[in-house]
Amino acid sequence: MKIESIIRILDAQPLYENPDRSLETEIEYGFASDLMSDALALIQNSSTVLLTGLANPQSLRTAEMLDINLVIYVRAKHLPELDLQLAKEMGISVYSTDMTMYEACGRLFREGLPPLKR
Amino acid sequence: MKMEFQVARDDYLSAGKVSSQIKQTLKQIGYPNELLRRMAVACYEAEINMIIHSYGGTIRLLIEEDGRIQMIFSDTGPGIADLEQAMTPGFSTASEKAREFGFGAGMGLPNIQRVSDHFDILTSHEGTTLTLGFELDP
Repeated sequence: MKIESIIRILDAQPLYENPDRSLETEIEYGFASDLMSDALALIQNSSTVLLTGLANPQSLRTAEMLDINLVIYVRAKHLPELDLQLAKEMGISVYSTDMTMYEACGRLFREGLPPLKR
Repeated sequence: MKMEFQVARDDYLSAGKVSSQIKQTLKQIGYPNELLRRMAVACYEAEINMIIHSYGGTIRLLIEEDGRIQMIFSDTGPGIADLEQAMTPGFSTASEKAREFGFGAGMGLPNIQRVSDHFDILTSHEGTTLTLGFELDP
């Protein structure tokens, strides 16, 4: 699923968009968690969008370690300026949606974004 | 090549900075992406463990001439009371503060062992030393 479609389906607002990454880029999988240890344990493919309510530097660090370039904060969470600067340094595009985790996941799944393979 | 970094107790805001630096260093050397990701995940989990559970310590990165990597995490602190339990997925003694930052799922040590090629841990009431090894062709 293209990044553009993910943003549209979730009605997500950009907090920081990496200008070097096209919105046409395909994302293969979706993963959602507020526990970063679970993300670190389970995400094996960097072509994954991370949905989380954990709006702090650790969600960005986790994405960085996993080579993930797209993070979406659910429940209208926003990042403070310092963390947005960190996202910029890492080249990670970050968005915010008003949807709950459940709704965001449900909508993406319904539109065809699969979960990680187990 | 050797590098050494300090990690401070309860320094949640800096958590991951050392791992980020190590990942960048290894990336510049040209390690393949899959190995880079495994090393970064292990390093980050171990760095977080030091911040959450220890009184602080040192991370040493050793890059052998043949490309093998060793990471040594040495901390002072209470040590791990029950290593068998700590290696059980889901078992956690992390504080509320650690959970606020997205950790404490009880996946740290099992995850580190899963992504590393060599895993050795020594723990006592004076501290813990975790030694990890990574091979270019495991």
